Amino acid sequence: MSKTSTNATKAAGGGGKLRATLTYMKQHWQLYVLFIMPAFVLTIIFRYIPMGGVLIAFEEYNPIRGIFGSQWVGFEHFERFLSSPDFMRYLMNTLKLSIYGLIWGFPAPILLAFLLNRILSTKTKQKLQLILYMPNFISVIVLCGIVRILLSPTGLINMVLGTNWNFMTMPEAFRTIYIASGIWQGAGWASIIYTAALSNASTDLKEAAVIDGANIIQQIRAVEWPAIRDTVLIQFIMSVGNIMSVGFEKAYALQTDLNLASSEIISTYVYKVGLLDGNYGFSTAVGLFNTVINVILLITMNQIVKKMNDGKGMY
Amino acid sequence: MAQAKKKKGEFAKLPKEDKTILIIGYIILGLFCIAIIAPMIYIILASFIDPVTLQNQGLTFDFSKWTTTAYERVLSNAQIWIGFKNAILYSVLFTVISVVVTLLAAYPMSRDDFKGKGFFNAIFMITMFFGGGLIPTYLLISRLGMLDTMWAVIIPGAFGVYNMIIVRTYYQGIPKDLQEAAEIDGANEMVYFFRVLLPVCSPIIATVAMWNFVGMWNSYFDAMIYLNSASKQPLQLVLRSILIQNQPEPGMVSDTQSTAERAQMAELLKYATIIISSLPLLVMYPFFQRYFDSGIMAGAVKG
Repeated sequence: MSKTSTNATKAAGGGGKLRATLTYMKQHWQLYVLFIMPAFVLTIIFRYIPMGGVLIAFEEYNPIRGIFGSQWVGFEHFERFLSSPDFMRYLMNTLKLSIYGLIWGFPAPILLAFLLNRILSTKTKQKLQLILYMPNFISVIVLCGIVRILLSPTGLINMVLGTNWNFMTMPEAFRTIYIASGIWQGAGWASIIYTAALSNASTDLKEAAVIDGANIIQQIRAVEWPAIRDTVLIQFIMSVGNIMSVGFEKAYALQTDLNLASSEIISTYVYKVGLLDGNYGFSTAVGLFNTVINVILLITMNQIVKKMNDGKGMY
Repeated sequence: MAQAKKKKGEFAKLPKEDKTILIIGYIILGLFCIAIIAPMIYIILASFIDPVTLQNQGLTFDFSKWTTTAYERVLSNAQIWIGFKNAILYSVLFTVISVVVTLLAAYPMSRDDFKGKGFFNAIFMITMFFGGGLIPTYLLISRLGMLDTMWAVIIPGAFGVYNMIIVRTYYQGIPKDLQEAAEIDGANEMVYFFRVLLPVCSPIIATVAMWNFVGMWNSYFDAMIYLNSASKQPLQLVLRSILIQNQPEPGMVSDTQSTAERAQMAELLKYATIIISSLPLLVMYPFFQRYFDSGIMAGAVKG
């Protein structure tokens, strides 16, 4: 069926291309009407219409007058945000949270995968994996609830240390809490992809290395690292590309009035200033600023991948 | 047993420095596992201990101080059950809708001859980079009259481009012979898709379904901004007021006398709430474990 239609296209040549396409669409109408339509409609309505809504960022939005009736203010919101002292603070909080998160959080699953790969008994390995993956199924709210319980002045951590610090009110503790709990929850789950890549490492190669008397370090260098190198690179570049999109949910659930100095990031600020305070235009401008930086980062990273990957990008 | 012995023999044969490295590695791995389990066990134990004792002396194995009052209070609270009911409803609906939309959309995108593939691909990909952001989306939902309805939480995110790519990659990995054989047998593409393709894709369907279910079950942001009525709150929002905002549901603590007692009870309720709310997924997830690797690998192909 598909072959005949391609042949038809070729036979019709350049002039009949449109007709051939129409014939194809008629023949395969289900592909359009049934298969792709729901996704297409959802995307247009819930992704593209809001994109038009970013116009709000350039106006003093008035809900009664709507997007096209409100007063235009040009780049006023952007200027106000970029020149406010808070701007640098929120930007740095966002960047620090994700960059430190990357530095500590990125190697953790790789290390776990290497360690798991060295467990000789399959049964033990499966049991360990069961434990390691478990925290992934705990919700953000419950995770933050556990963190708050353990770190409260009378909580387990203080009991063990013999102190009564209130960690949740300390701005200097926020990032550590955020990142450490992130590793606790996510490192095991994130190691799956590396474990899978490691299991693809040729056993023949490894056996040959062992027979040649290679020790563990040499085996890792010669056999295991090459097996996961590409995966590591792609994961790393994707993480760098997503540096500006730190999740809202966890940061917001770990915020207290007293740790805002380090816990207020752009996404939580957008929520507060927009939905809680009702500054729709300003909030949209801040969000747009974040998106633009993110897009630039992602495109740059994609170009880097393309260069390394013989012209094939991630997207 | 014999195998284990053989493995032990292998370990003994290793050079000394390798043994050292391995032992250090095993210790790190062990410590990480303990770090995962220890807080959970602490929460479980603490949830059974009398609130005053817990605050004054911490964990105790004096069983006369143990109580199930926290569980009774949490389980007899209506809002928790409303939360569970809503969470199940939203997660199941979201999973069904998003899996159907994703499976359908991925099929034409997986075919080499699909005309318009480039166009649709561009349309979908752009949304991975760029979006309208919080306020424009909120205003749209409000305009559509979806505020404070469950559809605001379910529909907007029902089509995920990332999942579509993963499913598409999986479809492409299915041998073409299957399609050709089906065509020779006179099956049209509808029959091929539903009778031939989908049945061999159950691992990826299970994986995507699980991701969507867990994702919806555990999220709270959309529900927080779109749903106001207490009767529509999913579990995570109920948990948020108990665990994060320190506001236990009124009925849970109203009988206690002093403010101090109330605070202690509120604290204890947190432990029981954590256990009760996390149990369903933690119990269910091992049954899905066999799908993890296949699903993750399918996703890994494209990065």
